[in-house]
Amino acid sequence: MSLLSRLTEKSWEGPGADALDPASYRPPAARVAVIVYFGVITVLFGLVSMAYMMRMGMPGMGHEAMGDWRPMPEPPLLWINSFVLLLSSLAWEAARVGVRQGRTELMRRAMLGAGALGILFLAGQLILWREFVLAGYYAASNPANAFFYLITALHGLHIAGGLFFWVRAVLRLYAGADVRLPVELCAVYWHFLLLVWALMLALLTST
Amino acid sequence: MATVTIADDHTQFYHPKTWIGKYVWSQDHKVIAIQYALTAIAIGLVALVLSELMRLQLGFPDTFHFIQPENYLQFVTMHGMIMVVYLLTALLLGGFGNYLIPLMVGARDMVFPFVNMLSYWVYLLAVLVLVSSFFVPGGPTGAGWTLYPPQSILEGTPGQQYGIILMLVSLVLFIVGFTMGGLNYVVTVLQARTKGMTLMRMPCSVWGIFVAAIMALLAFPALFVACIMTLLDRIAGTSFFMPTLMSMGKNPGYEGGSPILFQHLFWFFGHPEVYIVALPAFGIVSDLISVHARKNIFGYRMMVWAIVIIGALSFFVWAHHMYVSGMNPYFGFFFATSTLIIAIPTSIKVYNWLLTLWRGNIHLRVPMLFAIAFLFTFIHGGLSGLFLGNVSVDVPLSSTFFVVAHFHMVMGVSPILVIFGAIYHWYPLITGRMYNEFLGRLHFWITFIGVYVIYLPMHYLGFLGVPRRYYALGETAFIPHSAHVANQVITVAALVVFVAQGVFFINMIWSYFWGPKADPNPWGAASLEWQTPDHPPKHGNWGDKLPVVYRWAYDYSVPGAARDFIPQNVPHDESAKYHKT
Repeated sequence: MSLLSRLTEKSWEGPGADALDPASYRPPAARVAVIVYFGVITVLFGLVSMAYMMRMGMPGMGHEAMGDWRPMPEPPLLWINSFVLLLSSLAWEAARVGVRQGRTELMRRAMLGAGALGILFLAGQLILWREFVLAGYYAASNPANAFFYLITALHGLHIAGGLFFWVRAVLRLYAGADVRLPVELCAVYWHFLLLVWALMLALLTST
Repeated sequence: MATVTIADDHTQFYHPKTWIGKYVWSQDHKVIAIQYALTAIAIGLVALVLSELMRLQLGFPDTFHFIQPENYLQFVTMHGMIMVVYLLTALLLGGFGNYLIPLMVGARDMVFPFVNMLSYWVYLLAVLVLVSSFFVPGGPTGAGWTLYPPQSILEGTPGQQYGIILMLVSLVLFIVGFTMGGLNYVVTVLQARTKGMTLMRMPCSVWGIFVAAIMALLAFPALFVACIMTLLDRIAGTSFFMPTLMSMGKNPGYEGGSPILFQHLFWFFGHPEVYIVALPAFGIVSDLISVHARKNIFGYRMMVWAIVIIGALSFFVWAHHMYVSGMNPYFGFFFATSTLIIAIPTSIKVYNWLLTLWRGNIHLRVPMLFAIAFLFTFIHGGLSGLFLGNVSVDVPLSSTFFVVAHFHMVMGVSPILVIFGAIYHWYPLITGRMYNEFLGRLHFWITFIGVYVIYLPMHYLGFLGVPRRYYALGETAFIPHSAHVANQVITVAALVVFVAQGVFFINMIWSYFWGPKADPNPWGAASLEWQTPDHPPKHGNWGDKLPVVYRWAYDYSVPGAARDFIPQNVPHDESAKYHKT
């Protein structure tokens, strides 16, 4: 049944759609929750991007450029970290393929690799922060710096949250429980955060 | 009921054995709802006391020496923030949302009971952090509930030292906790409806809470970002919002930030927030009116669509709170237009409520009294909103008591009246006992007449140009003596209403222990929450078997039916023929 026909149902008339059995046609609740949460992430990073553009004084955004916006440099580590995140996402995809094709060993290895790459990404981001701080790029010294730290922190926290669920999935795996759904959801979540990172990277490097 | 499962989940339901597991670290949505509600009401009482202190100062200036100007600003700030966020949002979504959603859609619990529990404890932590700001040096922040920078974090504003930091941290915690709850509400409505419960068979209450939860998930990130950035400006010395300025003869070192940016972020949350509070109230009042008028809600589909449309439109009107901040006239035109367009779905709802009452078999019981009172105050506050939605009217009135009167009528008093009505309505279900009808009526009449005595004169004060947020009016040429008299009358009325709330609490507490046992379905309501096998419903709600839904929630006074209502889980057969419209 399409959404439109659901929302135009004349529920006061006679026996309607009682035949629908929730258990048979509804996706797992966790999958829906992840999709709803994507909406929250989208708004969060969308608003930060709007604030970013407004603060830097992009024409038509209601705030005059103050000339105080000095973009951050783009060291190689930034690109290396991005590549690591991409690899992490690809590993999750491999784990998902393993789930779909029933190749448990592939799933197990890809899953462990994906989480390790996720940790590596976070470590890389922290090293990047440290390099910037050592080079004198403090959050307080320039709005571009402040936004860089804010965006990377928000994104990193979401990755860390994903890693929490990765740990849970690994524990379930070694307890011999079913991890098909966690793997699938982690993979989708990672892809989404990769997309967010790509957009944020584009914003950070293009301005 | 040994092995029950949540509607679509096949994991087993965890039944705690200990008292602590059942009532403290509980994962039962009903217990969490009560926890949310009691916490919200407790902190709301603090905000109520603050408002009385403000009224004392306004009605009788130079009398109360413990209220200094900076205290007054702190009272304004904390009263506003607590009432809007920590009371109304938490009570309507965390309290009623938690209690009603699973029962009304026929689920055993929320889909993520553990996350639901976590949501409450993070909310409690947020409340405690907020309360702690009363006890730090400098006291709570006095920046106004909108927390506009630069003044909110500059020296000279009360609570600049610690109060503002605790306020921002508390809000961040609240949002984190609320996001966990909000995900639960949305996914439960989408995924855990019982067999036969189609979207358009859900009661309006669920629709209102559902749409409000979606809106909250999309609007709170704006406040989250604004709070984090203000915190960084205050603690780390960044300049997101802080412009280059001199403060107290010193340069605090900020450079080039945009205070307007904060206002955009704040109101992108702030305006939807109005409807996050209003939509659950709309939904609940629809059900109260329908049940107590023994009549199906008029234009059910329109009511649902109007809720969805209001929710969507409310994301495109935020800058009408910023007319006085200065903006491009074309923006002002756009936002005035979108603001006034919201009046269309809103008035559809108002007309449908009135038409539901029309020729209904109206039972003027306490919940119905509150529901009808809501119609008065909401129409009243809504109409003054039409004035303020226009830039040219808003600019002169914006900083006057007219605005105070408007928003208290429309989003203060109106949702509170619905909350009272809802508490009286569902009290027999929640506690299994009946409240005292006389005390309920006494509470109602004092409250209803009282709020009119309080807020009606404020409109006139506003027209006179009496400014809001001022500690004392002093001797001014444009404020006549009568305005001071009006202020005294308002203060006395506010104190009377304040004391009258004691009647409510006495009634609730006394009835909980000694009230007469209530019927399982005292109002003859058709919706699912009254059809549980146990009264009050137990953990798991439905015993061994989930209910099956055969009809919508509004089969009242159906011609030919044996009783004047047909519960949703009664199948269609000869004895209970559905009616054709």
